Amino acid sequence: MDTSALLTVLAFERPPIDWHAVAPELTLLAVGALLTILDVVLLERGRKFMAAAAGLGLLLPLIPILTLAVDGTNRSMFGGAFVVDEFALLMKALFLVSGYIVVLLSTNYIAEGDFWESEYYGLLISSLMGMVLMASARDLVTIFVALELLSIPAYLLAGWRKRSLEGNEAGMKYFLMGVFASAIMLYGMSLLYGVAGDTRLAEIGEAVGRGDSLPIVTLGVVFTLIGFAFKVSAVPFHTWAPDTYQGAPTPITAFLAVASKTAGFVALLQLVYVGFYGRDDVYGPMFWVLALLTMTVGNLIALRQTNIVRLFAYSGVAQAGYMLAALAVAGEVGDTALQAISTYLVFYAAMNLGAFAVIIAVARKTRSGHTQSYGGLFEYAPGLAVSMGVFLFSLAGIPPFGGWYAKLAVFKVTVEADTWIGYSLAIAVAVNSVIALYYYANIARQMFMNPVPDGDTTPIKVPFSLAAAVAITVIATVGLGVLPNLVAEITEVSLLAAGG
Amino acid sequence: MEDFLNDWGLSLAVFLPVVGAAIMALIPRAEEQLHKVVALITTLAVAGMGVALLANFDMGRSKDLQFVVDASWIDVINSRYIVGLDGISMPLMLLTMLIVPLCVIYSWNHFPEPHNPKAFLILILILETGMIGTFAAQDLILFFVFFEIVLVPMYFLIGVWGGEERQYAAIKFFLFTLFGSALMLVSFLALYFLADASGTAAGVANTFDMRALPEATAGIALSTQVIIFGGMFLGFGIKVPMFPFHTWLPDAHTQAPTVGSVILAAILLKLGTYGFIRIAIPILPEAAIEWAPIIGGLAVIGIIYGALCCLAQTDMKRLIAFSSVAHMGYTMLGISTLTDFGMNAAVFGMVAHGLITGTLFFIAGSMKERYHTLEIKRLGGLLVSAPKMGWVFGLATMASLGLPGLAGFWGEVPAILAAYSPAEGLSEPLFRAYMVIAAIGTVLAAGYLLWLYQRTAFGTPTEEFVDDPHITDISIPEWVAWVPMIVLILALGIYPNLLFNLTDPAVVAVGDLVAAAAGS
Repeated sequence: MDTSALLTVLAFERPPIDWHAVAPELTLLAVGALLTILDVVLLERGRKFMAAAAGLGLLLPLIPILTLAVDGTNRSMFGGAFVVDEFALLMKALFLVSGYIVVLLSTNYIAEGDFWESEYYGLLISSLMGMVLMASARDLVTIFVALELLSIPAYLLAGWRKRSLEGNEAGMKYFLMGVFASAIMLYGMSLLYGVAGDTRLAEIGEAVGRGDSLPIVTLGVVFTLIGFAFKVSAVPFHTWAPDTYQGAPTPITAFLAVASKTAGFVALLQLVYVGFYGRDDVYGPMFWVLALLTMTVGNLIALRQTNIVRLFAYSGVAQAGYMLAALAVAGEVGDTALQAISTYLVFYAAMNLGAFAVIIAVARKTRSGHTQSYGGLFEYAPGLAVSMGVFLFSLAGIPPFGGWYAKLAVFKVTVEADTWIGYSLAIAVAVNSVIALYYYANIARQMFMNPVPDGDTTPIKVPFSLAAAVAITVIATVGLGVLPNLVAEITEVSLLAAGG
Repeated sequence: MEDFLNDWGLSLAVFLPVVGAAIMALIPRAEEQLHKVVALITTLAVAGMGVALLANFDMGRSKDLQFVVDASWIDVINSRYIVGLDGISMPLMLLTMLIVPLCVIYSWNHFPEPHNPKAFLILILILETGMIGTFAAQDLILFFVFFEIVLVPMYFLIGVWGGEERQYAAIKFFLFTLFGSALMLVSFLALYFLADASGTAAGVANTFDMRALPEATAGIALSTQVIIFGGMFLGFGIKVPMFPFHTWLPDAHTQAPTVGSVILAAILLKLGTYGFIRIAIPILPEAAIEWAPIIGGLAVIGIIYGALCCLAQTDMKRLIAFSSVAHMGYTMLGISTLTDFGMNAAVFGMVAHGLITGTLFFIAGSMKERYHTLEIKRLGGLLVSAPKMGWVFGLATMASLGLPGLAGFWGEVPAILAAYSPAEGLSEPLFRAYMVIAAIGTVLAAGYLLWLYQRTAFGTPTEEFVDDPHITDISIPEWVAWVPMIVLILALGIYPNLLFNLTDPAVVAVGDLVAAAAGS
């Protein structure tokens, strides 16, 4: 036995831990563990409490997040690998609230389907823990751990409908593409480590940003970013999204479309702002191409969709394109692009989760995902139809619904950049908004202007949790659209000031 | 009371309709009578607010904004809730407040299929907020929000309650206008970043404050100004609509329910022309001088093209829709001269066109209800079947073709005359050529309108309608809705200074900005 190795292990001194800073993650971990124990103890008797417990458990970590926000100091641990700043807190809160809404969407869907419940919520919470961790990860290894922690439960959840072929396809495709992306990303990370000699983003920022434009740096930056381009389903790395979305249980589709995509953007933002900020000669053109492709291809394919979930998959692809457009000008405008994307993510979560809530509610009656099954919805479910109208026009960016301000934020930074990249993206976003309106309005047309396809106008019974999810998201979409300052003030975050 | 009006009056006028709509949303759908009453009370209260504002409006200072409210809204982008009225926005706001209650009254007993007065009236109320808000807003982002709010209710009004091709017409209307306004928004943002307003009342470099921006754009290079103006030109020009962006209009008008057509023609089109006078020209006068020949050229093409299309129409409503294209051409020609004479005529033309074409669409709607068709060759003998309606139709037709003594004259002829001597910096021969073409347009206008009247009102009713008991004369709600319009058409025609006194000082202020830009 090599004694010197043993000695170094024994001599390991625990680095100082700021317990307050990690309180959100620890609370979440405790909640997850508690749910698992409850399940073992209570077995079948616990089923009916699981959803409520998971929902409350997801709101619990908001308390330490709030106290950290009130405290307001930036906390950094493990030599800068784990950072708690305003950006991290904002994103953690966004993940948890999105997760809570996903639980509301899941409650009846999972209870009434032939599914195991406690595992479902346990996996959901571990995935969310990966996301919450991602918001603080400022180190390549931490980012990778967070990514796998959020992805692996998500692969399982995507294939949750194990008796359906489509469900298996969803899980399989998502898994294979996800692992493929991870591999590419790891290769990029290894190159970056080779250049910088350190895994911390701040150090990489020093080495990559100040150094010469070596091909190896370019390769490292591009490969690492491509890994997350899969996660946010940017074209041409989007091919998994429609099949996975369609095959997964619809609440999980909402989860993937909102929380998982947000996590991808959080990672991209941290990499770009802390790690690669000086290399906008690399990521600027790269995101320009990705943004143009993503929004245009996403919108054009969405025009042809007849399945509502697939339509929202492509609409989500296009929406990611708008956010990538802001990322393309990050080098010119600094933190305002970060703020624009943060703002966009908040509005995107509200309106997309709301739309999925309505989709789940409608599917309870129609048992169909075809857009034509929305015909005459206004006749027998006016509340759902009007809510869906709000979400659709919000996604299209029509005031006074929230989406308009999100789009304005993107327009603002692209124009602010005052470069051809910026202006061309602004015009592309404008043109794409018009294309997108066509398919959003098409669903509104089905709901309000077309007759009920089978003449069955029995009203839809919307369970309480689903109704609550719709109500929360409608209020958020309309309220924040009229008073966007409420969002704009909390998204005034910065990664440049602290991370350098 | 006066303080209250100054601080809250205008905001109340903007948001009262939404309050009414919210109340109606809570009332069950079956209570149809109650919905109508709430909608009517709301719109009348808004109109009352308008009268109170007019009574307290200082005519002597109509070039200044009055009833100004300046409150913080979106601090992060320095966009503020600024509303105010001056001599240009006041008449258009009053027009809105007049037309909307008349529309509610007109629909009282005959809501188009699929009925549902609750949804119909809620949409009209939301529409009213959007329209009044657009005329009141003095901040570019606030303006944009109100400008867009009107799209959704109008989309549904056309798409749910419209004619055969309603869904196609509704989405076409929506897509066209959204395309323009998206590029308009990019232009607004470019202004925000490129203008330097630190020396103005706004006090900060980047602002959306429409009061401060005209003084703040001098530093922008002319070539950039021209591009920014181009974005706004698309946004406003599609809304007007100018040739060649007009193709959504005939479809939307023809398919929309009567009330929708009336609001569309009377007010929504004015949002575009108003945008030119209120935003594009004062903020970028130098670019306006560069663009004016193009705008004027498209305007006269619109006049002739609209007139020729009118001559070829077989459907009465579609004909009136194309006449809108021609009439808005006169308004745009007046604006493109960039003189206060021309812009006064334009504002007058907007109000007059709102009243006259609004009345024409009302009549077309009532005829459609009686005849179940608007195919011109099947109509005839309106003066025999329904003489009173025939006379009102005649009056509106005469007003529309610009007969002196009626309101239409004062929008059309001064606009043509203004082209004789356009603002400094514009080519005189070119605009005189435009003047001649526009004058030919008036002859064509007389041609298509008189021909329309002749074919529909004169003669004897065609065989299928000879003894049709459905063809009754004007009903009470129709009288209530039409009389105020007719009275105003006559009053403004006989004494145009009613309106010119109000608009002139404000328009002169815009003209001065152009003159200063041309001189520099």
